[in-house]
Amino acid sequence: MATKSAHHGDNYINFEKGLWSWLTTVDHKRIGLMYMISVMFFFFVGGVMALLLRLELFAPNATANVGQVLKNGDVYNQVLTYHGAIMVFMVIVPGIPAILGNFFLPLHLGAKDVAFPKINLASWYCFMAGAALAVLTFFFNKIDTGWTFYTPYSIRTGTATVMMVLGAFIMGMSSVLTGLNFIVTVHKLRAPGMTMHRMPLFVWALYSTAILQMLATPVLAITLLLLAAEKLFGVGIFDPALGGDPVLFQHFFWFYSHPAVYIMIIPAMGVVSELITTFSRKVIFGYTAIAYSSLGIAAVSFFVWGHHMFVSGQSETAGIIFSFLTMLVGVPTAIKMFNWVATLYKGSISFDSPMLFALGFLFLFAIGGVTGIMLATLPIDVHFHDTYFVVAHFHYVMVGGTLMALMGGFYYWFPKMFGKMFNENLARLSFVFIFIGFNVTFFPQFILGAMGMPRRYFDYIPAYETLNKVSTVGSWLILTGFLFGLYAIVQGIRKGPKASMNPWNSKTLEWQTSSPPPHDNFAVEPIVTAGPYEYR
Amino acid sequence: MSTDSTTHGGVRSAHVSHHFKTAEQEYDSGKQGIWLFMVTEILMFGAILVGYAIFHNIYPEMFAEGAKTLDWRMGFVNTLVLIFSSFTMAISISYVQRNEQKKAAIALATTILCGAIFMCIKYFEYSHKFHLGLYPGRFLDVAKVGAEHANLGMYFGFYYCMTGLHGLHVLIGMGLIAWLLIRTIRGDFHSQYWIPVEGVGIFWHIVDLIWIFLFPLLYLVG
Ligand code: HEM
Ligand SMILES: [Cu+2]
Repeated sequence: MATKSAHHGDNYINFEKGLWSWLTTVDHKRIGLMYMISVMFFFFVGGVMALLLRLELFAPNATANVGQVLKNGDVYNQVLTYHGAIMVFMVIVPGIPAILGNFFLPLHLGAKDVAFPKINLASWYCFMAGAALAVLTFFFNKIDTGWTFYTPYSIRTGTATVMMVLGAFIMGMSSVLTGLNFIVTVHKLRAPGMTMHRMPLFVWALYSTAILQMLATPVLAITLLLLAAEKLFGVGIFDPALGGDPVLFQHFFWFYSHPAVYIMIIPAMGVVSELITTFSRKVIFGYTAIAYSSLGIAAVSFFVWGHHMFVSGQSETAGIIFSFLTMLVGVPTAIKMFNWVATLYKGSISFDSPMLFALGFLFLFAIGGVTGIMLATLPIDVHFHDTYFVVAHFHYVMVGGTLMALMGGFYYWFPKMFGKMFNENLARLSFVFIFIGFNVTFFPQFILGAMGMPRRYFDYIPAYETLNKVSTVGSWLILTGFLFGLYAIVQGIRKGPKASMNPWNSKTLEWQTSSPPPHDNFAVEPIVTAGPYEYR
Repeated sequence: MSTDSTTHGGVRSAHVSHHFKTAEQEYDSGKQGIWLFMVTEILMFGAILVGYAIFHNIYPEMFAEGAKTLDWRMGFVNTLVLIFSSFTMAISISYVQRNEQKKAAIALATTILCGAIFMCIKYFEYSHKFHLGLYPGRFLDVAKVGAEHANLGMYFGFYYCMTGLHGLHVLIGMGLIAWLLIRTIRGDFHSQYWIPVEGVGIFWHIVDLIWIFLFPLLYLVG
């Protein structure tokens, strides 16, 4: 079929025309862009909800003007649930693998496409269908369980939990299909000479993530199905009134959802490895250590779920064991951290906007990681459990970590994806606002948590007021940053100057083809003779 | 699973999708994809089995009481039916590989028939339970049924969830085999191309295998 591109356009964007050609495409690059648009949309929705939550928390409810934007606790709980569920299931989990992974994994390997292009398209439709089902519940019967759907509350409350949970189930299928596709692509479609140890570290990260997706998601799937069955048919597995065990739900849920937080962060680490080596112009330090530590994190992540249940009535012995195992995750994570820092050391660092995001990642993820170890320490968690300390911790990891990497990766690969350059100053401005705003928003929450402010509450005592005000103002700075970023992207796509084949002088394969790439990725199949980072 | 024919001298040539280089590469990829998907299926049933094991441990007598209400003969017949259907599914693949499309079609049709018999027996089992008032969880009326254990409903919660999910897989499998049957009659599969037949076959074997676990656990243990 290679002749086809001759009488069509010269790149994947103008290869075929019309909305229909996009909705039926099996080109992994187009599917990546479709994911990008959908995820950005959901990020916008979840973001508006975040701003509303913060606005509500600007002042105690006694203050009539802004203290009551969300009317009452019920509305707050609903907005909180949708914010959490949308951000987790529709933004951060699919984010990097589905957008950047879909687009670049085959390019990185020198392949023409992923192994199963039609399944790839089907996984986008699954994602959209599941997300639609979940978001539409908002217009029927708002969910207020929190994104974790803890029993027994979720089986008693009269909301549309079943529909929401089915939505999450279908999105899980989409995630499994993407993971499956990536694994087979890595195993079977590498270009000649592309050995496993010549794969870029981003590919290694996606590969480890894919294994996690395949192993963890089915457990969530059955848990959610059982929850739905519990609600519809009262099967009695999670309902204490029928002899069931609500903590079993938590065990099942976190057996998925803890590995899932690594589904969110490992791809980010992969992106950061690419950025650090490219913008330090140095061979990455400890290639194999970084590659295998991804697998290491994936493996350990299955044995730590109990740290979410330190205070939910599991045995003390279990608590101690989980506490210990959780700290083990620190080892492969630290290996990566040290390797990145060693790569930066004596590198010729250029502070282009993607690199700024990567450095932001290092800084914020370090704070998120260290506070994670604090929470893994059993006696500390008994104190901090369900306070704002936890909220600050996971935002540092998920937003400071994953989102920073997603943004950095997006700016880095923007020229390849669209064949245009964005305005560098706007991008840097966007970074500065997001980075400062982020710390202003979430750092005070560590203190609030240590002072004892509980999470998931819509009101607080006057002692917490000042720090909450600071935090809310920070959320406006983040908003400003994202608006600058959006403007940079839209202007770049519309009017940006034409990008060269390899604007950052990177060494990985995707930069060896034109920008944007042709439909079949490479005009001639590349033959790989060296590793991915032969800088100096 | 199959005899992998690497010779391509046949009359019909293999179809190779544009992003693969050789038919072997495409065949290996497809096979790996199916197996990975099966891993997720097994894990999904695995989790519910873990739940079953936990509660079986806590309430052994209640599970024993529940198991007594099931008719092991029906379960046993169903086990035989499924094992036979696995056999017909397997020979359909080897017929396709030998270009004996007509025999392959008959084997596939027999497999669908077995699935239908399985579902019929399930239907009678279910309706009999409903008739006796043996509903899952909170719908089971302990007094009316005369149950010894107050939460006997949970046993039926597991029973309906596990067999229901399995039954759903049987139905999906039957749909997929029907699709194979149509394509086989159309002549889409031959000695150079049979990936879908083998893929669905693997799915069907795994669904059978899961039943072989469910049957003793639900009907015999206790
Ligand atoms: C960018 C600005 C953001 C702000 C201002 C913000 C604000 C908030 C607030 C106020 C809460 C409620 C905390 C509580 O009472 O427990 C919350 C919860 C949460 N947020 Fe964010 N958020 C932001 C971004 C994100 C992003 C990008 C994610 C992506 C993963 C995220 C994930 C969550 C989750 C999972 C919860 C927990 C929901 C729950 O407890 O059910 N947030 N956020
Ligand atoms: Cu965890």
